[in-house]
Amino acid sequence: MTVKRRAIAAGAAVLAMALLAACGGNKATTTTNSNTGAGFNAAVGKVVNPSTKKGGTLQMWSSQDADSWDPAIGYYAFVWDLNQLYTRTLVTYPAQPGTAGLKLAPDLASAMPDITDGGKTYTFHLRSGIKFDDGTAITSKDIKYGIERIFAQDVLPGGPIYLMGQLDEGQNYPGPYKDKDPAGLKSIETPDDSTIIFHLKAPYADFPYLLAMPGAGPVPQARDTGAKYALKPASSGPYMFQSYEPGKSTVWVRNPNWDPSTDPIRKALPDKINLTITSNADDLDSRLIAGTADIDVGQTGVQSAAQIKVLQNPSLKANTDAPPNGFIRYAAFATTVAPFDNIDCRKAVMYAADHTALQTARGGPIGGGPIAPNMLPPNILGSDTKYDPYNIVQGKPQLDKAKEELQKCGKPNGFSTTIAVRNNKDKEIKSAEALQQSLAAVGIKANIYQYDGKLLSTVIGAPDNVKKNGYGIMIAGWGADWPSGTGYLQPLIDQTFILKNGNYNLPEIKDPQIQSLFQQTALETDPTKAAALYNQMNHIVMEGAYYLPFTYDAALNYRNPRLTNVFVNQAWGMIDFQALGVSDGK
Amino acid sequence: MFRYIIRRLIAGVITLLVVTLVTFGIFFMVPKLTGTDPALLYTGKQTDKVAIEGARKKMGLDKPVIEQYGLFVKGLVVGRDYDDGPDKTHCPAPCFGYSFKNQFNVWQRMLSDLPVTASLAVGAAVIWLILGVGAGIISALRKGRAIDRAVMTGALAGVSLPIYFTGLLSASIFVYTLNWLPSPGYSPFLQNPLTWAQGLILPWITLAFLFAATYARLTRATMLETLSEDYIRTARAKGLRERTVIGKHALRSTLTPITTVFGLDLGALLGGAVLTETVFNLNGLGKDAVLAISTSDLPVILGVTMFAAFFIVLANLIVDVLYGVIDPRVRLA
Repeated sequence: MTVKRRAIAAGAAVLAMALLAACGGNKATTTTNSNTGAGFNAAVGKVVNPSTKKGGTLQMWSSQDADSWDPAIGYYAFVWDLNQLYTRTLVTYPAQPGTAGLKLAPDLASAMPDITDGGKTYTFHLRSGIKFDDGTAITSKDIKYGIERIFAQDVLPGGPIYLMGQLDEGQNYPGPYKDKDPAGLKSIETPDDSTIIFHLKAPYADFPYLLAMPGAGPVPQARDTGAKYALKPASSGPYMFQSYEPGKSTVWVRNPNWDPSTDPIRKALPDKINLTITSNADDLDSRLIAGTADIDVGQTGVQSAAQIKVLQNPSLKANTDAPPNGFIRYAAFATTVAPFDNIDCRKAVMYAADHTALQTARGGPIGGGPIAPNMLPPNILGSDTKYDPYNIVQGKPQLDKAKEELQKCGKPNGFSTTIAVRNNKDKEIKSAEALQQSLAAVGIKANIYQYDGKLLSTVIGAPDNVKKNGYGIMIAGWGADWPSGTGYLQPLIDQTFILKNGNYNLPEIKDPQIQSLFQQTALETDPTKAAALYNQMNHIVMEGAYYLPFTYDAALNYRNPRLTNVFVNQAWGMIDFQALGVSDGK
Repeated sequence: MFRYIIRRLIAGVITLLVVTLVTFGIFFMVPKLTGTDPALLYTGKQTDKVAIEGARKKMGLDKPVIEQYGLFVKGLVVGRDYDDGPDKTHCPAPCFGYSFKNQFNVWQRMLSDLPVTASLAVGAAVIWLILGVGAGIISALRKGRAIDRAVMTGALAGVSLPIYFTGLLSASIFVYTLNWLPSPGYSPFLQNPLTWAQGLILPWITLAFLFAATYARLTRATMLETLSEDYIRTARAKGLRERTVIGKHALRSTLTPITTVFGLDLGALLGGAVLTETVFNLNGLGKDAVLAISTSDLPVILGVTMFAAFFIVLANLIVDVLYGVIDPRVRLA
């Protein structure tokens, strides 16, 4: 496409968006919605429309299908949230707003585990009366088998593999499809159908969080179809799959063998749940506002046209939330690429950056999130949103300080570097451009290199490649796989997590103090005491100027006012889907 | 005629094989030449060695390229087996491949989505043929008058406005503001013809608006050229009625280029109306293509490309045969 044609196409799209925003006015809001909005951010920290009314069909939509419904493979945040409908785990996150949702609670287990042997043995006892959707009882062996499937990476790749790291213990267990040993994975014992014992090689205080991931849910071996299991997983939760057409739709109906008395977490209000996948995100927004769709489960925010429309109309804005989702967007400095091997050069960029421009590039205060002053997000215990060592939150570049730092690092006239950014992330490209512009004011010439975003693990995730190509600044984002300081910080700052490919410790931080703190947190089962250690780590990272935080990521999401029990569960960083009901029973 | 069709069919099969070779080369060889590993696209965030090797084996990337292509062609003829872990999935012939990302047989998926694309393409084609050719004839017969200018202005607008503009705008007005039409969507014709038509009316009109414009301009130009031919003057001099001159002599000659363009357009659309299906969220072949490209689902990209090529080849064949029917001067040899 020529530049001219692109310009015409872009112009047409903008015009269409503008006309779309202009069309409709308020009429659409009254087509099917009789309820009034609960208020902007009403689902953050409290419950919108609390109700126990059952019935009706929940109409979920998304512009992106699940990466997989197989609990061992699915890794998208919204997929984990939706897994609650059909996958129960030994422990899980309570269905509560605010920080109460972050503290693990027993789910299939009758109580939290007995931790013995200096933190190396975890024993769980299962509730009685728990069943799969076909009526067979869920036993400890089903849970063990579910975890064993994670090890079959040749057949089931793509999901989190933390449990492999904790449970393999040198066995080189190949997964249940290739294993010939009847004992299976030796670090898990199942002395009877209702007891499961995990033996760790070393204490790991975050172990229960790993068991809250869907991959640690039960799978009946007789129904395991390997790679095809994703098409119709067995259900241990209140809903089971009626149909799934990849890229098109999923339908869940009630699981007749789920006993609510065994489940303290889930409400199971709607009779049926439809998830429709659309290729047109703008149309999805129109449907949400018209009330024919209930919620966008992607929770990545409405599109620009709808955002303008919603924010300009108080009655529509009252149906929206923009909570921080647990991600921080940032730039990482490669300490292996000169001159970022020099802390003062890194600090020069921290001070020269225009933080307001970076926030605008991310979508502004509501669509993108608040400016982040440090590298620990608000949903992690130990976070301190007031800790702002570089005076970032005020938003403006501090050019005098930046020049001072350049003097200190021996580059008074600036230097040249490369910003590597994914080509499929529009907001990241805009962030790179904003950073490039602000750095130019102090003589730092930054070239932007856009790469195929799908190849992140081998482009900026490969330290050798970073060094070879001189990617001094890398734009990225990170959200924790579980809401603890270890879950968030370890991949970003632990030197043992530096990998040849798929590396997320982009600056390649190797700090003995940090390593010592991680050793302490592995033993620390008291979350409050662990929080203090994570806070210390955050200080070390910020003082080392390894990362330039942009925003605590947030997105403006719309909820149909007919929805009941709407709240943001901080553990998922989004609306807790399993809790939702519909007020009109339709 | 029969021998001609057989000859063209054989040529068509050869063309499709060349298409498979080129497509296969692009999607499997290019990543290799550029040093990227397609297996990494299947392993998500983590890069476990076993996972990468497993993906490579599953996709056949551990075999020489020639063998990979041989297996693909063999799959088309006799089918293939794919390893699922505890058992194997058989992909019967013609096996266009298997989506490892979404666990479906590409051929079956395309067959199930073809009715959506066919409903969209055929419905829109009927509308654009009637409106486009009709408007073009009227415009040619009223050359220079107000109606001619109005038709040509409308045609210019139709050609200029992209589907993602007219589609979004029309849905916003007719569905979400005026509530005259239901949300666009597809339901099988045999299930309820009325619902089928209601769900597709907006996509039909939007798509037809774009194509009708082209046909109006083409018909007008060809008709004007034909009307200046000697045989038309002769027909009029013989005292034939104007309706006969236009309908029997001028229009027939005009239809030849229109048939050519129509065949190619319809053939291309049957391979997937990418923009229209995406804008109106219709689960047809075009949306499959978009989804496959956005998720780097190589077997589906390959399958959809081949399917689209098949329709183009078929449309060309039909058009060539129709030439002989429409214009007796054309002889099939």
